[in-house]
Amino acid sequence: MSVSVRIPTILRTYTGGESEVKAEGASLRAVVADLEASYAGISARILDDAGKIRRFVNVYVGDEDVRFADGLDTATPDGAQISIIPAVAGG
Amino acid sequence: MALTPATDLGPATALVCRECGTTRDLGPFYACEECFGPLEIAYDFQGVTRESIASGPRNIWRYRGLLPVPANVADTPNTEPGLTRLVRADNLAESLGLQSLWVKDDSGNPTHSFKDRVVAVALAAARELGFKVLACPSTGNLANAVAAAAARAGIRSAVFVPSDLEAQKIITTAVYGGTFVTVDGNYDDVNRLASEIAGEQDDWAFVNVNVRPYYAEGSKTLGYEIAEQLGWRLPDQIVVPVASGSQLTKIDKAFQELIKLGLVEDRPYRVFGAQAAGCDPVAAAFKAGHDVVRPVKPDTIAKSLAIGNPADGPYVLDVARRTGGAVEDVTDAEVVEGIRLLARTEGIFGETAGGVTVATLRKLIDAGTLDPAAETVIINSGDGLKTLDAVAPVVAPSANIAPSLEAFRAAGLA
Repeated sequence: MSVSVRIPTILRTYTGGESEVKAEGASLRAVVADLEASYAGISARILDDAGKIRRFVNVYVGDEDVRFADGLDTATPDGAQISIIPAVAGG
Repeated sequence: MALTPATDLGPATALVCRECGTTRDLGPFYACEECFGPLEIAYDFQGVTRESIASGPRNIWRYRGLLPVPANVADTPNTEPGLTRLVRADNLAESLGLQSLWVKDDSGNPTHSFKDRVVAVALAAARELGFKVLACPSTGNLANAVAAAAARAGIRSAVFVPSDLEAQKIITTAVYGGTFVTVDGNYDDVNRLASEIAGEQDDWAFVNVNVRPYYAEGSKTLGYEIAEQLGWRLPDQIVVPVASGSQLTKIDKAFQELIKLGLVEDRPYRVFGAQAAGCDPVAAAFKAGHDVVRPVKPDTIAKSLAIGNPADGPYVLDVARRTGGAVEDVTDAEVVEGIRLLARTEGIFGETAGGVTVATLRKLIDAGTLDPAAETVIINSGDGLKTLDAVAPVVAPSANIAPSLEAFRAAGLA
């Protein structure tokens, strides 16, 4: 299950400046774990101490905000486009 | 995008994360690198007095000493928003059973909504930060304000809106020129797209995304003006429409700053939030006693408030609870009735957000939540001419007659 993950500006220090990276995993939880394996430290920026998606992080699988789907258990089909976006925008 | 020694952001000193308190230097940043929380401007205010404010321009720049803008901000081309009317609303007060009511009528701004305030501050900061393009995702009012401000400043604008927006708001954006894109999606989709574009286009200042900490401060001027126009005092109660929640939290911030600066007496005030039932994530969280806001998919005629995932929702809850206020929501039918009530009692034609606020005021009074004996201010954030569809089905001329005195008499209009 290879997916593509868009990285927001403030996390690009972890990805060597890359704005889009490849990752593996059948669920968002597995994808985040795989990102951590490649880019140590990135998981703790996306997830809080309890392992939940941080209050001010929005994650999309395709066009769907995972909060409307199954959160970290949201399925990430092969070829899925995942976006991690700061939530503090708009209005 | 680097700061130069010439960068002048006035009394602003740093950016501080509202969630975890991490501080960083001023710059084009909006989310905390540690926790993604929103960054707020920290200040060192110097020499701001009632007199220094009164001697300033008759627009928001009279408060420039309290904003993240350069000292000479009033000298650069901008739309000069603010100092809109604070209307004593005795007729509306009487019809609702209130003793003292004021309407802060922000439809009087250059593009007819409060958004001119935030955009003017964002433009000034964006210039200092070295951005070249003024951009935004918008539900319409912001689109107008960004396109107009960029035209006046002589720079490029790039505006993104949901394609199902009111026709009036499409036209009143397009007329200013600039890059204007309608997107097949709702506001939250457009907002997400803008966040992604902001990560690619280094010299684009998305006013409510990557320069949001500066932009949001512009709403403080609503609070400053209300206090100044009341003769340098705070109202007992204020009702504010809630979309992202930024306007409400910044009015509270303004009141707190005025108290700390000794410009107004330190006395309790209550802040109430107003939402439409078709997009009520903050009201729902308030009523449920939650401190997190669960996003919704909006379905309401109040499109300027149709933000299903409001960035400042948690902070609206904080302010409402801290001040003894509340967050309430009203149906679309009540919104239409609110627009008509404000128009018929005070001659003010508000847009749907104004209708939400008036209807919420009424609901709060009826529920006994809001004190009818206490001095109250409500915000009309925009102009009814931009949301004509909301009232078109329910208002009409009294009669259609032939151009003769007989016809006038026959119609029973005397």
